[in-house]
Amino acid sequence: MSDAPLVTVDGTPLKVSLGRAKRKAKIRALLLVAPLFLFILLTFFIPIMSMLLRSVDNENVAYTLPNTADLLAEWDVDSGDLPDEAVFAALAADFKAATVSKEDDINATKVGTRFNYEKSGFRSMFRKTNKIFEKGGVEPPYKEAFIKINKRWGDADYWRVMQREMRGKTDSYYLAAVDSGYTDDGERAMNKPGKRIYLKLYGRTLGISLLITCICLLLAYPVAYLLSILKSRTSNLLMILVLLPFWTSLLVRTSAWIALLQKEGVINSVLVSIGVIDDANRLLMIHNATGTIIAMVHVLLPFMILPLYSVMKTIPPSYMRAARSLGATPFTAFTKVYMPNTVPGIGAGAILVFILAIGYYITPALVGGQSGTLISNEIARHLETSLNWGLAAALGALLLVAVFALYLVYDKIVGIDNMKLG
Amino acid sequence: MSDTNEPLVRFVDVQKSYDGVTLVVKKFNLDMQKGEFLTMLGPSGSGKTTCLMMLAGFEPATHGEIFLQGQPINNVPPHKRGIGMVFQNYALFPHMTVAENLAFPLQVRNMSKSDTEDRVNKALDMVQLGEFGGRRPAQLSGGQQQRVAVARALVFDPDVVLMDEPLGALDKNLREQMQYEIKHIHENLGITVLYVTHDQSEALTMSNRIAVFDDGVVQQLAPPSTLYEKPENAFVAQFIGENNVLSGNVISIDGDSCHVDVGNNRSVHALKVNVNNVGDTSTLSIRPERVVLNPGSEYNNVFEGKVEELIYLGDHIRTRMVVCDDSDFIVKVPNSGELGQLREGDTVKVGWKMEDCRALD
Repeated sequence: MSDAPLVTVDGTPLKVSLGRAKRKAKIRALLLVAPLFLFILLTFFIPIMSMLLRSVDNENVAYTLPNTADLLAEWDVDSGDLPDEAVFAALAADFKAATVSKEDDINATKVGTRFNYEKSGFRSMFRKTNKIFEKGGVEPPYKEAFIKINKRWGDADYWRVMQREMRGKTDSYYLAAVDSGYTDDGERAMNKPGKRIYLKLYGRTLGISLLITCICLLLAYPVAYLLSILKSRTSNLLMILVLLPFWTSLLVRTSAWIALLQKEGVINSVLVSIGVIDDANRLLMIHNATGTIIAMVHVLLPFMILPLYSVMKTIPPSYMRAARSLGATPFTAFTKVYMPNTVPGIGAGAILVFILAIGYYITPALVGGQSGTLISNEIARHLETSLNWGLAAALGALLLVAVFALYLVYDKIVGIDNMKLG
Repeated sequence: MSDTNEPLVRFVDVQKSYDGVTLVVKKFNLDMQKGEFLTMLGPSGSGKTTCLMMLAGFEPATHGEIFLQGQPINNVPPHKRGIGMVFQNYALFPHMTVAENLAFPLQVRNMSKSDTEDRVNKALDMVQLGEFGGRRPAQLSGGQQQRVAVARALVFDPDVVLMDEPLGALDKNLREQMQYEIKHIHENLGITVLYVTHDQSEALTMSNRIAVFDDGVVQQLAPPSTLYEKPENAFVAQFIGENNVLSGNVISIDGDSCHVDVGNNRSVHALKVNVNNVGDTSTLSIRPERVVLNPGSEYNNVFEGKVEELIYLGDHIRTRMVVCDDSDFIVKVPNSGELGQLREGDTVKVGWKMEDCRALD
């Protein structure tokens, strides 16, 4: 055989010919996925990316205060002096421009709110100043005029924050998301112990998700096993029962748990009436971590049962029989032969439940109370109530990173190829 | 063992029902000697696999006792019976390597590491898979997996090895090759094998004795040659090998032989096997290769046959004829080089000896 490339009968190289033959199939495959791909791109990928960008975005500060930003960059923070008159003049010009601007992004009050995340006092300082400029503005000398409006304009610490946050990109949201921030000296540092909330919430979210995953696995394994060995008629019926929760709204199911678990609820009342607990010591099972765990295990259980079932269904009963005939006790046969073969199902179920749990929002919001809320509830709060979208985005991005990290760990330990979803 | 004649495996009046309405196994009795290769042969649903599963301990007997080395084992769990088993789909553990699969029965018996290794290597060599110990079962071909399954069932020296249609998933050539291999392993190691199959040629190739099952009953239990030469009833005659069937009424009985009227006053002289009275209906069984064309005077039964169809099969020509109103009468005409002697539509004389024609129920 020579090393010359193979050619077809008419002399075209074989590779070219094969590529031509396959191109049609490739185009068809692309066309088949194109609608879904576009949908995902437009409704999922792009919004998430733009949301993630918000976690470092600081553009509208420099956009609203362009002249100030330019001049303030040259100011030496550590001199201990206030910026000179020119900076104040630029600030006045910027405020003036902002009051007459029709653009949404140019808004001095919003910038004040933005600065207020870094140091409290900015919001009222900017609002008050903005009001003055709406009424006509101030006369030079600007430094004195500004300090007259609000004495914080004369505080170098505020100017330090302004100078830092004039830049287009900021890390302050991420710092806030891990309970850190800048000190008055401009150093990055952890918040005071009493002011740390997010790390604790991340820890709680991971802990509760892990616990929920374990409980789901323990509960689902025997059920999935039973389903896999029953005759198909019975197992189909039971499978409908497993899927039944999906037919009911999540809100209804969660509300039902409230009715069951609350202090005056069904379970407590029954326990009191049969004398297991006395009336004064009713169990607290809802609006705390317990409630979150119970309700979420219920919601997420099918996601564990289904992959386990689909894997168990493919394990022939002859494996167990072979193990028994080779001399293994039922227990050994189960642990050494059956269980290792269900690992792909355990992996798939665990990763599904865990990832769903880690970002779960509605159930902990309804039944979580103080000790049962998760990081997603805090993200929602920043999106809806405090309107600090940058912080919400940073918290979300960190959650995403955590999930990816866990995924890599999982891949390292179990191997992602070993997963079987159905 | 105190009594050397004591059978290794013994089924006594074993019955099995799954639903409480029908019996899958009706009164099964079997004595199996040490070192024997016994095959349970029968169509699917005849109860043979159920008997195997009862011996292995995966199905409880509804009635009756099963003995292993003289001990009743009805209440002994499968893992304490010491019975090796080869499954139809091999049931090799996919998450273990070949060597780990073989080591499994030794590990659960707490055998030392070095002994385990020795035995595993020996077993692998026995099935000519010495270099495959580190592979996963999925990386082996069907035949190799089959060998591993056999080796695994033997590696812990079980008293009996059960094989449940182990060659069913292999193609024809490989199946025949494996038949010889299993037969040789049986001969070399002197193991006791209880084998289940629905393939009669497999049973004939490998077995010392064959139990032909039908409808939950053993129809005949005999060595292969006896089964073929001397079937005791019409089912066995039909199931083992090819068979021409004529039916009629017994008109006279004379010692070991009898005459059977197959219609139109044609009387066939046949060996009396299980007909008892004059007037009984009887099925006559004649093997196709025992029928000759243009018979000589030593043939007691000579009839006219009309050739319907000729099928050329190389070493012989399979000829379908109408003989005594039976239009499915097959004669195997040896290919003696004189092709073209017979034509479709010809009428020829066919004949067979009395001893080759068995009058069955």
